[in-house]
Amino acid sequence: MQGIGITIKVLIGSIILGYLMAFIAGFSRLSRNPILKYLTVFYVEIFRGTSLIVQLFWLYYAMPILFGIDIGSDYWAGVLAIALNYGAYMSEIVRGSILSVAKGQKEAATALNMSRFQQMRLVIFPQAVRMMLPEFGNYLIQMLKATSLVSLIGMTDILYYGDILRSNNLSQAPTVYLLVLVFYFIMALPLIGMTKRMEKASKKGVASQ
Amino acid sequence: MTEPIVSYKDVHKSFGDTEVLTGIDLDIKPAEKVAVIGPSGSGKTTIIRMLMTLEQPTSGSIIVDGKNLWHMEKNGELVPANEKHLRQVRGDIGMVFQHFNLFPHMSILENCMTAPVHVQKVSKNEAKERAVEMLEKVGLGDKLDNYPNQLSGGQKQRVAMARALVMRPKIMLFDEVTSALDPELVGEVLEVIRDIAKEGEMAMVLVTHEMEFARDIADRVLFLDNGVIAEEGPPADVLENSTNERLQSFLHRFRS
Repeated sequence: MQGIGITIKVLIGSIILGYLMAFIAGFSRLSRNPILKYLTVFYVEIFRGTSLIVQLFWLYYAMPILFGIDIGSDYWAGVLAIALNYGAYMSEIVRGSILSVAKGQKEAATALNMSRFQQMRLVIFPQAVRMMLPEFGNYLIQMLKATSLVSLIGMTDILYYGDILRSNNLSQAPTVYLLVLVFYFIMALPLIGMTKRMEKASKKGVASQ
Repeated sequence: MTEPIVSYKDVHKSFGDTEVLTGIDLDIKPAEKVAVIGPSGSGKTTIIRMLMTLEQPTSGSIIVDGKNLWHMEKNGELVPANEKHLRQVRGDIGMVFQHFNLFPHMSILENCMTAPVHVQKVSKNEAKERAVEMLEKVGLGDKLDNYPNQLSGGQKQRVAMARALVMRPKIMLFDEVTSALDPELVGEVLEVIRDIAKEGEMAMVLVTHEMEFARDIADRVLFLDNGVIAEEGPPADVLENSTNERLQSFLHRFRS
């Protein structure tokens, strides 16, 4: 089946950019700079509070007309929409994990005369990442499923080809969509495996108090 | 008379509307061992937490080795200290916590090496030497590659002490370090503190409920009550011969 390549390409772009956004926004929300903090709150709430499809259409159809901003390709519009949307969700995981590292850890690091940056880099962040892993895995799978939306802006992913096959052969609709499901599931399998492994890794080395 | 290494001058501390410390004046001499006792909520822990920069005094000042801890001079005026200043002044202070606070994602050896390497910029080899030596001293030379969750409470607390000691502090603070331990593990931790105290070079401030222990190792005992130092003096005077009623009823509860 054609289209797998596109789906994977969109997925990889979304994953990289999405995690990047998650960390940037997660840290910004914890920043002591109020402007940075509230800008981030604004971003997170807008993207969590509206529909991903509408965001995608905004980026692809509305932005070029309204602001003359042309993202350039359907690929980048798709990746950007998914990454910004999931980045907003995942930034809350980043923030929550960092905040949930036991307070005593920061105090112990202070008692060893570490700078604030060292405390974050050597003590807090390594523990927070372990807590993020299971949730990050879940969002990985969700992002794969979200890539199917790019067929709506004309990208030729799995679902797009599925739709074409079906319109050529209406009676075969159940078979075609069954196949599409199977393809998504096969692609999700390694991600599910990875999530399991992340969950296991996260159980080690986190302060229990 | 020797200059004090730590000096509290009229230090107050409030949490919200509650004033926990209402004027602490206290000098600690180099190498002096001070035990702080008192009912819970009397602010014992707050006293040493302010010295470790974990809690900021509401007013007053704390002088460490001649330097003002919470204030620095800027254009001839005293202004609140920034992080750089705090780090400069608190470098000679180490602390051991009630709940150990070991870094769970690091091995025992890494727990004791990280700060010397990153904070004091000691070479890895030297940091390792120091850490191994100190861990052997607290009786854990065979646990270097274990992780904190594989140790008993007493062992964790001994690692925590080694971790603080490798920084070679001039002042060590102990915050109820045996309170979270099972009774049968208290002894091994006190034994290590006793050994450290015997070496003598460091000033030590121990917030503790172990009266016998305080009597044994302290040069001076402070009884904290209602936000002030209500009684202080050599252990025998404070723990046996005081006429302070609140102190007597406090001690009575421990004897029964």
